[in-house]
Amino acid sequence: MINPIAVNIVNKQSHPYIPNSHNEIKKEMMQEIGIQSIEELYADIPQKYRLKKRLNLPENSLSEFEVKRQVETLLLKNQTTNNMPTFLGAGCWLHYVPAVVKEIVQRSELLTAYTPYQPEISQGMLQALFEYQSMICELTGMEVANCSMYDWASALGEAARMAARITGRNQILVPKIIHPERDAALKAYSEPAGISIEHLAYNGEDGLIDLGDLRNKISDKTAAVYVENPSYLGFIEEQVDEICKETHAHNALFIVGTDPTSLGIIKAPGDYDADIAIGEAQPLGNSMNFGGPLLGLFACRDDLQIIRQMPGRIIGLTTTKEGNQTGFCMTLQTREQHIRREKATSNICSNEALCAVASAVYMALLGPQGFRELGETIMYKTNYAMQKISKLKGASTPVFQSKHFKEFTVNFDKTKLTIKEINKKLLKRQIHGGKDISREFPELGQTALYCVTEVYSKETIDTLASALEDILHGGKT
Amino acid sequence: MFKQACWNEPLIFSLGKEGRIGHFLPEAEEEIKRTVGDLNTILPSKMKRIEKIGLPELSEVEVARHFLRLSQMNYGIDSGIYPLGSCTMKYNPKINEQIASSSGLSMLHPYQDENTTQGILEILYKLERWLAEITGTYEVCLQPAAGAHGEFLGALIMREYHKLNGELERRTEIIVPDSAHGTNPASAAMAGFKVVVVPSDDEGCISLGALKAAVSEKTAGLMLTNPNTLGLFEKSIDEIARVTHEAGGLLYYDGANLNPLLCKVRPGDMGFDIVHINIHKTFSTPHGGGGPGAGPVGVSEALAKFLPIPRIVSVDGQYRFDYDRPYSVGKIRGFYGNVAVLVRGYAYILSLGFEGLKEVAEVSVLNANYVMKKLKGTRGLALPFDSEKPRKHECVFSAKPLKNETGVSAIDVAKRLLDYGVHSPTIYFPLIVDEALMIEPTEAFEKEELDRFVDTLRIVCEEAYANPEIVKSAPRSTAVSRLNEVKASHPNTMALSWRMYKKSKNQKELK
Repeated sequence: MINPIAVNIVNKQSHPYIPNSHNEIKKEMMQEIGIQSIEELYADIPQKYRLKKRLNLPENSLSEFEVKRQVETLLLKNQTTNNMPTFLGAGCWLHYVPAVVKEIVQRSELLTAYTPYQPEISQGMLQALFEYQSMICELTGMEVANCSMYDWASALGEAARMAARITGRNQILVPKIIHPERDAALKAYSEPAGISIEHLAYNGEDGLIDLGDLRNKISDKTAAVYVENPSYLGFIEEQVDEICKETHAHNALFIVGTDPTSLGIIKAPGDYDADIAIGEAQPLGNSMNFGGPLLGLFACRDDLQIIRQMPGRIIGLTTTKEGNQTGFCMTLQTREQHIRREKATSNICSNEALCAVASAVYMALLGPQGFRELGETIMYKTNYAMQKISKLKGASTPVFQSKHFKEFTVNFDKTKLTIKEINKKLLKRQIHGGKDISREFPELGQTALYCVTEVYSKETIDTLASALEDILHGGKT
Repeated sequence: MFKQACWNEPLIFSLGKEGRIGHFLPEAEEEIKRTVGDLNTILPSKMKRIEKIGLPELSEVEVARHFLRLSQMNYGIDSGIYPLGSCTMKYNPKINEQIASSSGLSMLHPYQDENTTQGILEILYKLERWLAEITGTYEVCLQPAAGAHGEFLGALIMREYHKLNGELERRTEIIVPDSAHGTNPASAAMAGFKVVVVPSDDEGCISLGALKAAVSEKTAGLMLTNPNTLGLFEKSIDEIARVTHEAGGLLYYDGANLNPLLCKVRPGDMGFDIVHINIHKTFSTPHGGGGPGAGPVGVSEALAKFLPIPRIVSVDGQYRFDYDRPYSVGKIRGFYGNVAVLVRGYAYILSLGFEGLKEVAEVSVLNANYVMKKLKGTRGLALPFDSEKPRKHECVFSAKPLKNETGVSAIDVAKRLLDYGVHSPTIYFPLIVDEALMIEPTEAFEKEELDRFVDTLRIVCEEAYANPEIVKSAPRSTAVSRLNEVKASHPNTMALSWRMYKKSKNQKELK
């Protein structure tokens, strides 16, 4: 790397980000305060805690040019999904982000605002978030949504705690086929609240929840039953009516996790009587950004008992005090930490508001027709990719005989290769293979989780298939 | 005089026309469709969505206009001073936005082979080291998505620590001062602890006597902000740390107020075992109207083994993820953290360096004390606790005299400030000050803007005496006048979504 050209601010009049770092101004301000040196303002801090050494940080300020050059040099070291077809999903997905979305979230009035504590001067943000909540409700078939959680995993943790508070029970039933990171976050959120997590077995044939196991495990201790649609491994859980019936028969809550890009063609959680819907809304207008920020979707039924236990901020419609104009403000704040402190429903305050605005713009752009088309396109491409790969000798897809959306499993047990080896060989060909799940689900053997979305062309999918063909049967390394 | 845009912009659901669409996404090629065949035969019929989704139908033009109009009805840092106490609303450098929009970041999948992501791993690794250096901690984890998320992680680490020592059964209490941010008790409770509140003393610092009485063999830890929410440095931090540690508790540092200490004082050197940092406060990343933020957590050497997985390690100049941490608390979210926020923070540290960060701290303190000095003596405002003692990043005034003498309360003052195009301070916090106005100017505003803020606040107080109605009926220059927040939360009038609104019996009243 070229040596950085530092800017020594000691020799400068002031720093661009610090307008008062200007000797004359400082002097004037110190005079006003009645001090000779800024150090006097630190005089009450015991000397023993005052830093007397230089820290191992970049020494001096850099020019903007230099900062840009240095960070971009590092970022350019990365190989991105732009120049390497990447068949990874598993909770963070490559979708197209329309230009309008990027434009709106860079509007400084929205970007640089704080939480709308003063609603009268923050109507823009509040209305955008209200519209996000409302459109999430339309998409999920629910009636109330909060204005975001950190991500799907933490939303699941919060949903489990919420269900436990509502029912006064302490067990949650979740599918065995669940993203291990989601499962881990659920554990971290549940354990301190005394909630136990039981995993439901799946049918070997189709991967769907084993209803017998559900009936055995559900009891009057069960706070909630959780299912995902589509599941972590991409298949559609079709037994939602049976599961819901069983859940409600035991007065437990039915929580459904969903990928909202599927909801143009697949039934919404509200259609099959979910009490709480959660999921990952990153695909709606947010880039992958190496896994964050994401956007935790969180919605529920219009039931005051449930709503009052919701975590997170909720924006509501109201009027001015004079009653002549509608407006928006944060509602039900008595659930929240700044009022309720240790009795709050959650500690969450900063959330992913701007990502929610991005999603609002995205949902408005697509509309009902766009969501249907998005769902259909992904469904077509998923099935096309599965058909192409299943023709390869030694590759078997999908592992479970169910319908898949966006993601699907490919098993390579009939070859002598591990997923690790296959992915290495793919990478040599400038292709990134699916996620290796052989350690997560040893019972599924050498299996990878592949993902395609609307941005994967036929050519890209064909390239993957021929690369795999080459690796499995071409005799080359 | 200031006048905010007021578009009377309808809800997006009332805009557009059936049949319009705002975006063409890529479609499936004809050959794909032919190969796959009719989707109706593939989709399980009982899982098919039949009815049309109730989303609005708009052209791109209408969507762009709608949201642009909304943005114009919002106040951000670039609009003017934003002196929300404990929120550290500083300028968000534009270059960081440019950097964060690079495809070298936005187009990265978190599960890519580590050999293809060395650049971003290097950034995150170095950022961890820098933050450890700044906070005086041993290791930093970037996973938490926000300050409160960091607090939750900190409290989980306390759990694991005491569990490993076989003491979790009895160490059930976390102590917080009465001046603490609301997140502290909420986070402690979320991690399963009982919250014990200790009062502040006459000087606005934690009462040592009360602390000594509160600690016991039940103490799991103490959560503390230093400087505290009054802007005062906790002078007895030495004793506080000793008392807590001798009782077997851990000391947690809430980093919301780290700004004035940058490169001057380090939480780790003061004896804190766990520290969270708000990248979206101290390290200048935009708040986005509520997020995303990032709340990395730094810990002492003894606690490093409890940090969430994966950890980024450097082996022979190669960066990789290490999942093999048997004592880890596990995961508190998916993947590694709010990376796009963290990269902005990295660029900020690079922009300022050690000297620049020190300057940030000093000027933030200079600005806070300048504003405090200028406001002192304003009729109607009192400065609780030692008024001669320097504050650090923020100062807290009380509008109690104003309220007693004119009937104008802190919220009225806040609303009237908006009329002058000045964002209000944090109000009614900390809870230990009546009618609190909590002012944090940060280093990012010039003397002229600080003067404008001070002058405006003085004018508003004068107005309260001369014409209280004008203050009580504020604001008038914002997009809407004062809102009925009670109605918004009342079961009979609550409308939390378009669906609920339509259902609402009180639709007419709301219109």
